[in-house]
Amino acid sequence: MPVFHPIDVDEAVELLARRGPRRILAGGTDEMVRINHGAAVGEGEEIVCLNNITELRSWAFESDRGVLVIGAAVPWTELASGAIATLCPSLAEAARTVGSPQIRNAGTLGGNVATASPAGDGLCAAVALDAVAVIRSAAGSRRVPVAELVTGPKQTGLGPEELITSFEIPLTEGYQGYAKVGVRNAMVISIAGACLVVDEQHGISRLALGSVGPTILRCPEAEPLITDVILNRSGNTARLDEIVDSVRSAARPIDDHRATADYRRHAVGVLARRLVTRAISAREENNT
Amino acid sequence: MSDVIAATRERAVLGTSPTRPDAPAKVSGQFDFASDLTADGAVWGATLRSPHPHARIRSLDISPALAIDGVRTVLTADDVPGTNSFGLISSDQPVFAVDIVRFVGEPVAAVAADDPETCRRALEAIIVDYEILPALIDPEAALDPATPAIHPLGNVVRHQRIICGDPDINGEVTVEGDYEIGMQDQAFLGLEAALAIPDADGTGIELQIATQWLHEDRQQIARCLGLPEESVRLTLAGVGGAFGGREDISLQVHACLLALRVGRPIRMHYSRSESFLGHVHRHPARIWMRHHADRNGHLVKVEARYVFDGGAYASTSSAVLINAVTHTQGPYRCENAVVDGYAVRTNHLPCGAMRGFGVVQACFAHESQMDRLAAACGLDVLEIRRRNAMESGDRLITGQTVTSVAPVRRCIDETEALPLPDKAVGHGDHPYSLPGGAGLTTDTTDVVRGIGYAVSIKNLMYSEGFDDYSTARCTIENGVVSIKFATAEVGQGFVTLAGQIARSVLGVDEVVLEPIDTGVGSAGSTSASRQTWMSGGAVKEACELARDSVIASVALARGVEPGQLELLGTEIVDPIDGWRIAMTDAIQGVSVNEEAVYRHRPTVALNELGQGACHTAFAFAAHRAVVDVDVELGLVKVVQIATAQDVGRALNPISVIGQIEGGIAQGLGLAVMEEIVQVDGVIRNASFTDYLLPTIADMPPVEIALIEEPDPEAPLGAKGVGEPPTISSTPAIVAAIRDAIAQRHPEATPLSRVPVRPSDVVDAFRGLRPTDHDR
Repeated sequence: MPVFHPIDVDEAVELLARRGPRRILAGGTDEMVRINHGAAVGEGEEIVCLNNITELRSWAFESDRGVLVIGAAVPWTELASGAIATLCPSLAEAARTVGSPQIRNAGTLGGNVATASPAGDGLCAAVALDAVAVIRSAAGSRRVPVAELVTGPKQTGLGPEELITSFEIPLTEGYQGYAKVGVRNAMVISIAGACLVVDEQHGISRLALGSVGPTILRCPEAEPLITDVILNRSGNTARLDEIVDSVRSAARPIDDHRATADYRRHAVGVLARRLVTRAISAREENNT
Repeated sequence: MSDVIAATRERAVLGTSPTRPDAPAKVSGQFDFASDLTADGAVWGATLRSPHPHARIRSLDISPALAIDGVRTVLTADDVPGTNSFGLISSDQPVFAVDIVRFVGEPVAAVAADDPETCRRALEAIIVDYEILPALIDPEAALDPATPAIHPLGNVVRHQRIICGDPDINGEVTVEGDYEIGMQDQAFLGLEAALAIPDADGTGIELQIATQWLHEDRQQIARCLGLPEESVRLTLAGVGGAFGGREDISLQVHACLLALRVGRPIRMHYSRSESFLGHVHRHPARIWMRHHADRNGHLVKVEARYVFDGGAYASTSSAVLINAVTHTQGPYRCENAVVDGYAVRTNHLPCGAMRGFGVVQACFAHESQMDRLAAACGLDVLEIRRRNAMESGDRLITGQTVTSVAPVRRCIDETEALPLPDKAVGHGDHPYSLPGGAGLTTDTTDVVRGIGYAVSIKNLMYSEGFDDYSTARCTIENGVVSIKFATAEVGQGFVTLAGQIARSVLGVDEVVLEPIDTGVGSAGSTSASRQTWMSGGAVKEACELARDSVIASVALARGVEPGQLELLGTEIVDPIDGWRIAMTDAIQGVSVNEEAVYRHRPTVALNELGQGACHTAFAFAAHRAVVDVDVELGLVKVVQIATAQDVGRALNPISVIGQIEGGIAQGLGLAVMEEIVQVDGVIRNASFTDYLLPTIADMPPVEIALIEEPDPEAPLGAKGVGEPPTISSTPAIVAAIRDAIAQRHPEATPLSRVPVRPSDVVDAFRGLRPTDHDR
């Protein structure tokens, strides 16, 4: 099986534009699991490996636009600490929950989005952060919000000749946090996750839910309530209960071997309440 | 005698903790596990397995596989020269399925090819036409005589009653409960692997294999190959854990058949997902118990009904069942009992041995019951256990008298006395210290700390009249002491202990351990917490014979009576004539070859009423669990386990502690996360992505008190220590979770199932029945 090691994005998209089946390999943390589970490597399939493309493994803060640009193949370890973690704490919290240190050294945000698992930790944070995927092909480039790019479980709007090269994350002021329920204390796939991003400047908040639907879900009905509770300090038990109910209504979970739909719906409501409570506390701490 | 000088450096004798002989190789990655083995000209073997839990094979076409370049052979049931069946107790499992497949994963054919990828393509190319049959997946239905038998031997593998004392007596206080135990996997890290090398003339075979019992494997393999046992030679390959999962035949026969057919060495490895299909698991069980006591909490009667789901083939189900029913009372005195136990056949994955062997299931039920009984009697959970604590000399519900040292009370007292965690909730230094861990689900205010206790009794060695023995040989040639045995070293450390025994008995410091293979008599299985006792006994006896032989030759040379001499430390001493000779000098020029067979005292089978001294010896342990529970999310962080264990004598304290900590990790796994999930007979989580094992982020510190009361019946005073840690740790953790839930929700339904899933905790206080959760 041929494996190509392009050294820049142009070469990578040229390879992807050639006829015949291609598989894109970055960290390999999903792909190798797929192969280990017996997935056949298709006849004539070629691998395009992204590891030598420096551009994909770099990140930058563009202060003029207020945008953090993260290369699609930046590994979790880099997202989990240092400057990115300061600029974008919810992404860092999500990154820290991914797999083991070895997995975090290899796996990437781009892979997480392209794999499009409803349990994707980075994907959940990317949706809450309103991240935009920058996509290249030999024919050109386009920018698509991650929330729109992912269309269903393991389904995206990416064409076979397309490559996610980076994510643009608008930086916001205000609380952000990610929480995920798993049955062990690390190295576990989410059975319910939630990411809350409060944008104080625009007076809005975004709550994304993971593992409770075919893809990451937003909570359009709960979000204004959350904003109100956090920014206007209108929090009381009844309002929080209202948020929890609204979040649970937004969830569309299924039963599977990891958890029941009933539990997932319950848990995601609890996570939402706790994230909102943390946001209120964080704001109070900042104001004192 | 006054001039006998103690050794100036610590000798690696009994009671010390020398470094394992295989430690440097394992730590540095140099150790050859079975999967690392290869041979010149070796090709690869692989297994075709049934995708259906129950189906008829209408036709099987191997020709497309044989047509693939690089495929050496494809074997099916037609190619088995001997008996096409194997099994540890009843030979009811086919080497390759004939006509019917009975579980997802049942072998249908095997291929040999030049590389693993060609094997995979060959397996894909084999065409099997299955007619799907209704699967029997409800173990209760298996008990219904109206249910069609899924195997010629019927759906009930064994039914055993125990009737003891007055079956009609009632206590002033009764408590009852239904309990459920999920299917646990041994999850050894070193996957099944073997290297089979055919003899040049094709009349015999050498198998290098990761197993728990070389001689039992040999017997079963030889029968399937149609070869005399002496033509099948087994050598132990590096074993990466076992826990019961290597007692049964997995790839042994397939590898040998392929090797003999193609005339080349065969390498065969399972993947992790195949391993879940390729070995037996811990029995899922449903248990009902009713305990009767007087109002002071003294047990009057235990009643129980067990249904163990053995899956498609018998394996050791009948023995596992016996262990469960005979341990119904736990480590408590009880004069009256009515117990019914069934091991049944279903179209689930076959179940057999796993650390704890039936007692894990019984203990979860009886310890849950003891907590209920304590509440009903208004007693503290430890007080009720102390009032009922078994002592040596007590009679079990089987009528057997416990002759082992039985420090149950001491286990309880010393466990209670161990220090509690010094950190309050949320004062850990890492998110891992809270429930939910890295997921940051949980804040300190969400957490309730709970404490629970459990106590266990576990039989040691094989039971029910089994001729249980172990063999060891001690040779001295050219001044070199060698020990040979067929005891499977699966990681437990017998290779360390054997050296310690030899050094202690013989007074030498250098001991060579010969390869572990079938070139000596059977050692029995490395299971049932038996090798320290059994193979330890055999090595001790062989070394004693060798020592006496050396002393006799020294006596002869010196012209004294052998009885006049004694071995003191490393020297043979004549206290009368006042001379001494170092053992290392005494063994020069002598030639010794002594073999010993150690047998424990005989046991008997249970009669129809479940009466009979069916067990050999018993060991006891108590566990205390401290857990932090995020009740609202149902997430658990075990904060600390404390345990006092009856070990007899700690021959190698670090090994004992290793067994205790490892066993607790496995018990913790069963308590809160480890379960094979099957839906309609299909496993849904055959990977370590979804079969969750505790990691270092889940495993708490363990406080240990070793109770050393040497058992006079044990050859070295030591009891087996491997299983007890796994047994009562699980119910202790669940008791602690119940305690935490009850602090928030006093009316919550007590948890009655392991593993405790987050949804079980949530359902307990939301008024749903946790065991009825629809998956």
